[in-house]
Amino acid sequence: MTGANRRVSTRALWAGLLVAALLVAGVASYYASAHPDGLEHVAEQTGFLDTAEDSPVADSPLADYQTDGVDDERISGGLAGVIGVVLVLVLMGGLAWLLRRRGPTGRERAESDEAGHDADASASAS
Amino acid sequence: MHVPDGFLDAPTSVATGAVAAAGVAIALRRARDELDDRTAPMAGLVAAFVFAGQMINFPVGAGTSGHLMGGALAAVLVGPWAAVLCISVVLLVQALFMADGGVTALGTNVTLLALVGAGVGWLVFRGLQAVLPRHLAMVAPAAAIGALASVPVAATVFTGLFAMGGVAPVEVGTVLTAMLGWHTLIGVGEALITGLVVGSIVAVRPDLVYGARRLLAARELEIRTPASTPEVTA
Repeated sequence: MTGANRRVSTRALWAGLLVAALLVAGVASYYASAHPDGLEHVAEQTGFLDTAEDSPVADSPLADYQTDGVDDERISGGLAGVIGVVLVLVLMGGLAWLLRRRGPTGRERAESDEAGHDADASASAS
Repeated sequence: MHVPDGFLDAPTSVATGAVAAAGVAIALRRARDELDDRTAPMAGLVAAFVFAGQMINFPVGAGTSGHLMGGALAAVLVGPWAAVLCISVVLLVQALFMADGGVTALGTNVTLLALVGAGVGWLVFRGLQAVLPRHLAMVAPAAAIGALASVPVAATVFTGLFAMGGVAPVEVGTVLTAMLGWHTLIGVGEALITGLVVGSIVAVRPDLVYGARRLLAARELEIRTPASTPEVTA
């Protein structure tokens, strides 16, 4: 049923999402609005912006989405974005992979492998 | 809406830290039911996409901008509990590496963007699914409205925290009005991005969208003639 809708393979969709994330963070982010965001604007408007403190990691090599030691602002920002995307992907992908249900597909396959040696043997022989 | 260090006093930050820790702990257990061999990589990619999306500040009016929060988007794509983890990981990386959002404020930001953002987005989405026609074409609009609602609700919760533990003596009513006004506008952007992304994925692979699975399961029971064609061309 769902097979009829599969105009895009799972791997192609994953690749598409990854490419989109890398392009958005690595390239499009340069063109983002530099205006303060809603909270910052409200804080300024209503008078509590000056209670903000510098982050303890303000000296991080990627602070404010700029890469230390890279002078070109476009490359510096794009690089920080790409590093961030990869970090998030590895951390969340790894966490999700650890947490995931070992699907019935995996177990079924293992069981059918044990039960159906003949079928497997003939399949691998052909 | 990344809260920096200093806006809220220590007791409030400790309290939101405890709420965030409890929420993430529950999510770590409940997300197991939402993640399998195909959706686990999807969760990583959705988190990466939300991180990227949060870099794009779009203008919403005179001298102000907003960016995607992503809670509703992630909840509809990979499930609400997995979404809490996705947004929390994004916030963790931003706070520790990018100096975006405070470190003592991390609990506050997880509470606002992950728990409230994904929670409200998902609840509104599910509520709409219950009343809208059971059709795949309804998934993206329902996700968009969930996203639209999630931003002003998170802004309201921030104002509540500010009322409890705001360091500056600013009148809460003024803050609430300003926060709601701007974040309703930002919510429109959130809705557009969420609707567009969810709609694009539903169009090609609805089976990989958590919030569309229920509809696909129902569709399996339909009686179809060999001539019938899939209706998800939108």
